[in-house]
Amino acid sequence: MYAHTVLTALLVWPVVAAAVVLLVPERWAKHVALAASLAEFAISVPLWWTFQPAAGMQFVLDLPWIPFWGIRYTVGVDGISLFMVLLTTFLVPLSVLGSYTYITKRERGFYALMLVLTSGMIGVFVALDLFLFYVMWEVMLIPMYFIIGVWGGERRLYAAIKFFIYTFFGSLLMLVAILALVSLVAQRAGVYSFSYAYLLAHLGELGPAAFWLFGAFFLAFAIKVPIFPFHTWLPDAHVEAPTAGSVILAGVLLKMGTYGFLRFALPLFPAVALHPAIQAGIVALSLIGILYGGLVAMVQPDFKKLIAYSSVAHLGFVMLGIWALTLQSVQGALLVMINHGISTGALFFLAGMLYERRHSRLIDAFGGIAKVVPLLAAALTIVSLSSIGLPATNGFVGEFLVLVGAFRTYPRAAIVAAAGVIVAAMYLLPALQRILYNPLDKPENEGLPDLSPRELAVLVPLLACIVWIGVYPAPILRRMEPAAINLIQSVRVDAATITATR
Amino acid sequence: MNLDLASSADLARALLPELALTAAALLVLLVTAWRHTSARDQRIAGWATLAGLAAAGAAVWWLWWHTARAAGAPSLIAVDDFRFVTDALFLAAAGLTVLVSFDYLERQGLLVPEYYVLLLFATLGMMLMAGGEDLMVIFLGLELMSVAVYVLAGIDRKSGAAAEAALKYFLLGAFASGFLLYGIALVYGATATTNLTQIATQVRALSLERSPMLLIGLGLVLVGFGFKVAAVPFHMWAPDVYDGSPTPVTGYMATAVKAAAFAVLFRVLVEAFSGVAAWKPIVWWLAVATMIVGNFIALAQRMVKRMLAYSSIAHAGYVLVAVAVGTWAASAAVLVYLVAYTLVTLAAFALLAAMGRDGEREVRIDDLAGLGQRRPWLALALAVCMLSLLGFPGTLGFIGKWYILVAATMVRQTLLAAILVLTSVVSAGYYLPVIMAMYMKPEPFDQAHAGVRLGRPAAVVVAACVIGLLVLGVRPNRLLDLARTSALVPAAPIPVATPATGR
Repeated sequence: MYAHTVLTALLVWPVVAAAVVLLVPERWAKHVALAASLAEFAISVPLWWTFQPAAGMQFVLDLPWIPFWGIRYTVGVDGISLFMVLLTTFLVPLSVLGSYTYITKRERGFYALMLVLTSGMIGVFVALDLFLFYVMWEVMLIPMYFIIGVWGGERRLYAAIKFFIYTFFGSLLMLVAILALVSLVAQRAGVYSFSYAYLLAHLGELGPAAFWLFGAFFLAFAIKVPIFPFHTWLPDAHVEAPTAGSVILAGVLLKMGTYGFLRFALPLFPAVALHPAIQAGIVALSLIGILYGGLVAMVQPDFKKLIAYSSVAHLGFVMLGIWALTLQSVQGALLVMINHGISTGALFFLAGMLYERRHSRLIDAFGGIAKVVPLLAAALTIVSLSSIGLPATNGFVGEFLVLVGAFRTYPRAAIVAAAGVIVAAMYLLPALQRILYNPLDKPENEGLPDLSPRELAVLVPLLACIVWIGVYPAPILRRMEPAAINLIQSVRVDAATITATR
Repeated sequence: MNLDLASSADLARALLPELALTAAALLVLLVTAWRHTSARDQRIAGWATLAGLAAAGAAVWWLWWHTARAAGAPSLIAVDDFRFVTDALFLAAAGLTVLVSFDYLERQGLLVPEYYVLLLFATLGMMLMAGGEDLMVIFLGLELMSVAVYVLAGIDRKSGAAAEAALKYFLLGAFASGFLLYGIALVYGATATTNLTQIATQVRALSLERSPMLLIGLGLVLVGFGFKVAAVPFHMWAPDVYDGSPTPVTGYMATAVKAAAFAVLFRVLVEAFSGVAAWKPIVWWLAVATMIVGNFIALAQRMVKRMLAYSSIAHAGYVLVAVAVGTWAASAAVLVYLVAYTLVTLAAFALLAAMGRDGEREVRIDDLAGLGQRRPWLALALAVCMLSLLGFPGTLGFIGKWYILVAATMVRQTLLAAILVLTSVVSAGYYLPVIMAMYMKPEPFDQAHAGVRLGRPAAVVVAACVIGLLVLGVRPNRLLDLARTSALVPAAPIPVATPATGR
């Protein structure tokens, strides 16, 4: 019973809860939303134990939806999507709790949108039908658009529309590619179907069309990740969004892009993806992202913008790990995806807490506040170190695996990427010093309150994850290993056979 | 039920909806001749109009239910599901327009019960036009519709803008009718018939694929219909006319008139000219130009009504994509798209009519600021409309666009599909600011929206349309079945002429 309904429950429950949130009085909205998102997390937790690493796609539910077009409602998770689902359900209650004092107007709308957004994000990760995937991919745009546009900072309208149009542009081209792919397969195999498994099984040789189809998927995912030249929406959206919006954007939404590469772009078009020129180009873009993101972060006076650019660098590691396509690098990439959600999520929470205290995002507005707010200082230090990738924190494990794995296929790229780790220390540590450890020279900072119990409740689970994954990542790696091996083998074999038959 | 259209009894059965509507129109004309002095009289005329539309709708349903088909020799009127479904669409659009008009006419101080008579005649014209199997019937229907709509555009005699709109529409429309008629004459000259199926037979029998007379005639027919659907470069009239006309009339023009023109265009091209490949590249370029020009000019608009006028040009471009594809699937896609577009546009114009203070031409997009808090339901309805126009998943607008894309990619018109989605991205640039103004900008001054009043009949229309958009957007199966069984099947396999891929 649980196995077939759990994913659907995860999709439906937040929408129901959102309707309830809209109906209750304004002052209860946040409590109802917190309870609902905790319930959502509780529904998802048994996935962790009941998941069978070796069993491939599981918790599958497959129902007809629009039979006329070969569209089905198919959901399921494997070792790749499991962690994305858990990351989502884990971050949402924290984001709700973290918004308790930040969101002061139109609370019902905000919390309802957060819950609808949850549904859309989980939908993207569990969809196994390309129509369903596309619908979910678009649907989660609207709540995020509103969250940035209504509750964001000063330039929120600009940031919101930029975020929307960038993503919409990429995804509509992907829509045409999906349709073209389906009709190509239908011409050969005879059935017009959007089922992921069916398409994968009947793909065959796509010929030169594969290049264009891959290009459209690449563009959609590259904008979302974002890979270097497509990243310009990110700083605006991250900086202007309210804290919870930034956390969800960085923690989950960016992972949709990398997840899309792992789930769709690589397995569907292996020959193109493993074409040496394309592979080299994408690896080069990842490296540019790592270094460029880090260097730009270094000169940011705005703490939130610094974190935003650090995301570009971290996601560069993920892309490098995916495209190096060894077991360690892919596992590392998946781990960096999880770690980035936790560490950068925590950094955005802390930036939001600093903002609530001083109403400024500028690093220079603080200075030496470690003595005033020791708990906050400790949390910020630990989180920053994990973001840099200090050993014994989660950041180290992921980036180390990526570098080790990538060294086997792209030794020079791995060396350059290793420099990116140093750059991370060069932008985060000085910022840390200027915020926390310099002399306390501003009188208005002397009376700042330390973390409240609510804020501690937001940060402690994240800190616990940082240490846990840093010290003992084996349970996670064990669960993702079969899926990663499967992916690598199928991509390499497919690419080899396709190039051999040419 | 097979109807032998040579026998007058069967012909009367086949024309039952049109006959019912004619009777209703004459009856309402008679009523308004006696009673035309008070708002109450006007309401009576409105309700009588609704009854007439319902009667015609029942007749359409009766024919559809008995799967009426024509037997025997080719005749003047088509008896197929495509006609019934489009008829139902026109009747529904007219009915919803009547409901929106009740409140609007009273608020604008318009006491012209003949408004409803004209609406009935225009609808009758559409039904004849879209159901015509003969170019002469099509032309008569088109003129009946057009003349009634010219008058409707200028029905507000106090408004200078309305007079301008009506005159402009009339002059340009008369030109377009001239082109169409001359085209028909040339087609007749080449094929010696005006019957659609017989034209197709003659083209094949006499191998007229390259006959200059036929091609010029076809080109002129395309100009005539291109004017009616407001395809670029025949779109110049549309923004001014849509802008100047009373808002419910604009809604009616943008939906029913356009849907009728598309239905007949598709029928003529597919039934009469499926053997002539020449129209495909022409319609291909018309579609591309219409999508690009409509979307980019809409981007520059500040007035809501004018923005919607240009957006309706852009949507004509999307439907032209399906026409250019010209397959069976494309025909079903046209039906689904027209249903989606009709629902959303009627709702949007009904909402706009509710916002009009004294001159609703003046509603700027920025004037909607703060509507989200002041009138949450109204704002929600308008937001859903905008998302559906944008083609966002979860709304019927997406299903319509999706179907057109499916039809296009099935015959390898990938470039056309790509242009469609890229211009859709542009359209986000003018649909989203409406949502943005309503929810993300503060009310400019207190009580800025005090004048917004949505009458109960209009509210029912909006609610029905919006719920329809959302429900059909998630579960379109019944609508798709209907569209599939009603689609026009091209007479002969059409060679896939593709300036798109060059293959």
